[in-house]
Amino acid sequence: MTETIENLRDFNYFKLNTNTHVLVEYIWIDGTGERLRSKTKVYDTPIKSLDDVEWWTFDGSSTDQAITKFSEIFLKPVCMVRDPFRGDPHKFVLCETYKPDRKTPARFNFRWIAEKIMQEASESDPWFGIEQEYFMLKRTGTTHLWPLGWPVGGFPYPQGRYYCSIGERNNFGRALSEAHQRACLCAGLKLSGINSEVAPSQWEFQIGIARGIEAGDHLWLARYILERLGEEFGIDINYDPKPIQGDWNGTGAHCNFSTTTTREQGGYEYIKEFMLPLLEKNHQKMMLLYGLNNEARLTGKHETGEYNQFSWGDGSRGCSIRVPIITKELGKGYLEDRRPAANMDPYLVCSALVDATCMNGKYLMTLIEQFAESLKQL
Amino acid sequence: MTETVEHLRDFNYYKLNQNVTQVLAEYIWIDGTGERMRSKTKVYLTPITQLSDLEWWTYDGSSTEQANTKWSEIYLKPVVYVRDPFRGDPHILVLCETYLPDKKTPARYNFRWIANEIMEKAKDFKPWFGIEQEYFLLKRTGTTHIWPLGWPTGGFPYPQGRYYCSIGERNNFGRALAEAHLRACLNAGIKIAGINAEVAPSQWEFQIGIAEGIEIGDHLWLARYILERLGEEFGIDINYDPKPILGDWNGSGAHTNYSDVKTRGEGGYKYIVDELIPLLSNTHKEVLKLYGANNEKRLTGHHETSSYDQFSWGDGSRGGSIRVPVVTKELGAGYLEDRRPAANIDPYLVSAVIVDVALLNSTYVNQLKQLLVQSAKPLA
Repeated sequence: MTETIENLRDFNYFKLNTNTHVLVEYIWIDGTGERLRSKTKVYDTPIKSLDDVEWWTFDGSSTDQAITKFSEIFLKPVCMVRDPFRGDPHKFVLCETYKPDRKTPARFNFRWIAEKIMQEASESDPWFGIEQEYFMLKRTGTTHLWPLGWPVGGFPYPQGRYYCSIGERNNFGRALSEAHQRACLCAGLKLSGINSEVAPSQWEFQIGIARGIEAGDHLWLARYILERLGEEFGIDINYDPKPIQGDWNGTGAHCNFSTTTTREQGGYEYIKEFMLPLLEKNHQKMMLLYGLNNEARLTGKHETGEYNQFSWGDGSRGCSIRVPIITKELGKGYLEDRRPAANMDPYLVCSALVDATCMNGKYLMTLIEQFAESLKQL
Repeated sequence: MTETVEHLRDFNYYKLNQNVTQVLAEYIWIDGTGERMRSKTKVYLTPITQLSDLEWWTYDGSSTEQANTKWSEIYLKPVVYVRDPFRGDPHILVLCETYLPDKKTPARYNFRWIANEIMEKAKDFKPWFGIEQEYFLLKRTGTTHIWPLGWPTGGFPYPQGRYYCSIGERNNFGRALAEAHLRACLNAGIKIAGINAEVAPSQWEFQIGIAEGIEIGDHLWLARYILERLGEEFGIDINYDPKPILGDWNGSGAHTNYSDVKTRGEGGYKYIVDELIPLLSNTHKEVLKLYGANNEKRLTGHHETSSYDQFSWGDGSRGGSIRVPVVTKELGAGYLEDRRPAANIDPYLVSAVIVDVALLNSTYVNQLKQLLVQSAKPLA
């Protein structure tokens, strides 16, 4: 929650000149693997590149990433963008987390292995577009959460009217998603669009086209900005794969994917004959990396494929993989993996896709082990 | 609380700056509680370019628990001034020491004079400090009941774990105030080094540093002044109680990071472990008396604190009295963190006693303790 600056007679602290200081917001993924944390460091010197931003530490025992006795976790700056809230010259710096030896990744840091995989696969030049869905929730008191605009403790008109809707009766929360779009663009993130989704107060933004490790970096930074905006608007952002039981859509993060081979002549055939069988073969394994509680969402209904069953179709939204009509038409292009849930870690999903299709699943077991290790209690 | 200027049809007093050549100097001092500050404005007709342009002033010490009615005058001696971030250039905030009418005897809770003496003696060792000031944001209901911002009135939010450095509606309360404070301090030229949301919901922290010698006390008190003034604007009460809420909720500390030429030089880490830490261990009980009233409630051994009665330390550990950061060990030199001080400390006392123990053979410890005891006595 933020308190509005009601009594300040036009005195806007946010316009106070901070002289030559640069405020750097260090951002990291915490010990839930789904939420982000951040803190500010004041720099006295200009920050021109990532090299100017130092490693830092934080109290890992307060984020479920360490125990009190050995609580120091290192922050390694890996991606820097403009801070859209504070404006130039201030920065957001996304960080990887490491244990005190500075080498062992801390709990839920998967970027290190994703980067390794992307580098090994760089000849395939993997491109990604991620459609991040989310629900907007309003809080009553500090415990009860219910979707924005829904009658408290009740349900609105059935789905059908809300997807890409306009108007008072069908569209809830546009101001937040619009602010998010603008803030992301201002920060320099590769946000490519927004739309309201099938369920009321469900939205989607797309990150892409991003190459290699960029997809994960930009998606996490976009999530950070969205959560921060939620504070300002008094709205809670929810990535639960199936937040409301019943005839209401779940929330996914469909991952669009292509490589040099799929994008060139014969790409469509390559996808059908070579990639899809590989994805089918590795289905069970990859599902383990596609978000917790995804089974609640992948029921076969509400435009999902079934959790245990791999399927695909040209232009079909009722399956695991959709090959867009345009890919078939042009004979080349991309595919859409519709399996990942909204709460997935994009570093895991993107690297699993690249690994399964371009590296014969060389790292899949490692990814699964790393994930399982992070899930263990400290 | 401030009243909005509702009936003035856009008439903004804060913009009445044209033709104002006077300088508004806000004289600031620590009052007779030792924890709160007071201030009043003096209008200067001439520009202020250096400290000596600012005159000594007086105030009614019997209204701040620093004097009795019969001998109520207390002198204000300007010691530091910075830009006033609320009024803007050329106006200033002037931090003052307080003195009895003889202009020599420090008034109740003025410890800066002796801290200054100690820092002067130790100045060749260049003692550096960084203080992590924690505080709670409280909202008032009516005029008596205060409860943390964002907590259900008379109840408790979700347990801790999710709030430290948090973002988002459900976990982060009061960022606007913390952010405004950061900017106002930077604008004033105060050495603020960062901010973060803390472990308890609606608990925050700002860091002052790296400041040398007496500077740390000056800058921390000025930062506290600015925070309290901002609290007025936001309708939020600032709380430095070491343990404001009983139960499984963190207390508020003011961890003090310290280094000098010996810890920063070749073999610094070894010096810290072999010589400095034993010095701190031996003076533990004495020094704790200067580390904030009611600190026993906070130092329980839980919630990332050490036990009040027990001195301990560790590399990278947050469960001890002293934490030696991993970077200090790595580099073989650097600084240490004293995690014992509570949020309601007087930084002059804490910085002075650390320097005294580390560099001056604890010659001042007893005197510092006595001065505090003296100030804590009710006025005659």
